[in-house]
Amino acid sequence: MKQFRKMTIPYIVWMSVMIVIPMLFIFMYGITKEGNSVVTLNFTLDNFAKFFVEPIYIDVLIRSMRIAVVTTFFCILLGYPAAYAISRCNEKTQTLLVLLITLPMWINMLVRTYAWMGMLQDDGLFNTLLGLIGIGPIKMIHTEAAVVFVMIYNFIPFMILQIYTSLTKMDKSYLEAASDLGATPIQAFRKITLPLSLPGVVSGITLVFLPAVSTFTITSLIGGGKFSNVGNIIETLFLKSGDWNAGSALSLILAVIIMFLMYLTKKVDKDPSNGRGRI
Amino acid sequence: MKKKKQPIFNIYIVLMLIFFYLPIIYTIFFSFNETKSLTHFSGFSLRWYEKMFADRTMMEAIWYTFIIAIIATVVSTVVGTITAIGLSKSKRIVQNLVEQINNLPIMNPEIVTAVGLLMLFASIKGIEKGFVTLLLAHIMFCIPYVILSVTPKLRTLDPNLTEAAMDLGATPWQALTKVIVPQIMPGIVSGALIAFTMSFDDFVISYFVTGNGVNNISTLVWTMSKRINPSINALSTIIIVIITIGLILANVVPLLKDKKEKKRI
Repeated sequence: MKQFRKMTIPYIVWMSVMIVIPMLFIFMYGITKEGNSVVTLNFTLDNFAKFFVEPIYIDVLIRSMRIAVVTTFFCILLGYPAAYAISRCNEKTQTLLVLLITLPMWINMLVRTYAWMGMLQDDGLFNTLLGLIGIGPIKMIHTEAAVVFVMIYNFIPFMILQIYTSLTKMDKSYLEAASDLGATPIQAFRKITLPLSLPGVVSGITLVFLPAVSTFTITSLIGGGKFSNVGNIIETLFLKSGDWNAGSALSLILAVIIMFLMYLTKKVDKDPSNGRGRI
Repeated sequence: MKKKKQPIFNIYIVLMLIFFYLPIIYTIFFSFNETKSLTHFSGFSLRWYEKMFADRTMMEAIWYTFIIAIIATVVSTVVGTITAIGLSKSKRIVQNLVEQINNLPIMNPEIVTAVGLLMLFASIKGIEKGFVTLLLAHIMFCIPYVILSVTPKLRTLDPNLTEAAMDLGATPWQALTKVIVPQIMPGIVSGALIAFTMSFDDFVISYFVTGNGVNNISTLVWTMSKRINPSINALSTIIIVIITIGLILANVVPLLKDKKEKKRI
């Protein structure tokens, strides 16, 4: 059936042009000085150093990390119980709930973020409701808390679905064994369910952390441009100031972080001693 | 083990769902608002829908979004399926290599893929930012998802069937269209669905590679969202309705099919 092998050739050519070459571009621009032609390459690491030396960039990097970490933390905190609750429903309800959680994700993120923009205004839905019970108005839009809140809204479905998947994959007989051997439900949860669902949490972290660092829409629309993150800098460097070298360097840093997180996820997922070893 | 009913979990799920659907309901609600306000509902009107349909840039954006999503879906489904079949018969090393490279656009943050494509298109003389670059970019990020959803179906395929067909005198083309493709059809369909929604919804990559006034719905919403414009709500409502119908169809049709088949048995 070797005759079928040739069918991959067109895509391998396409893939080389559309995936490999752009990555090489990012790499080459990242490690060279501005104004290069193909013949004269001036290698430099200044593009990378910039982000760790210039105070403006350090500020943004720290803020990016802080926003992403807080967002990820709340996604786990709020998402885990939701995933756990869904996994305890009967099968039909589970399918329905998963569909209900997936549905908003298909609706453009910009559209949903735009709706939050309206609701978080000074005279928006929340402040109107708060006003009814005599509180407020509280400044919501253009605050870091609002940015984190809308990020949680946008990214928590990824976390819930990942944890839910790992919870449903779990062998339920472990739990029965635990209760037969006299473990309380809380003990069983701590010693069995939690460790076994860890791979789901880790891949959820990757899926939440990544976009939280790199999205520039939420920070612009909800933060009013005051809380820029890595995504905003890349956008500005490429589309406004035209500094492709620095932009590429930052993209490269982002790509490396992501590859590392992915590698970590794979390791946790495949490691047979994970969780099971402790039982 | 007996599960105890815990109402606290049910309440939590309901709260979560309210949280998820609040902005969507809000959008739909305010698309029918009489005034420009996004905070006070003053009366029912279809004013923003009329305005939307009269707005040429909006209609153009809708047109571009659909035409690009359709072409990108067709091309990426055909190419992705062909490639996945070819890969399943290729050497392990080729499989791994293609798989790894394929994973790059899936794993990388969208913005990294976007700037890479921006620089690629800028380096090619004679290619102008606009429809062509938008379409090429969409095809590029759709194909990996098609391959990803077709490949598992190919793994479960019995290779003897194809061999038997060819031993019995089928040409490779016949073996492909009569034996392999029908068996992996569910994978192809779900791949096409993913491709369509990915293309339909994409903002980041489109934003970086488009130009010369060519907008899709997402990039248009982005440019309009800097100022209050309730037409966005009208447009969003239409998108929400289309996607909801699409998803319900995609989920209900297979269920109905299953039932029919069960009845036949």
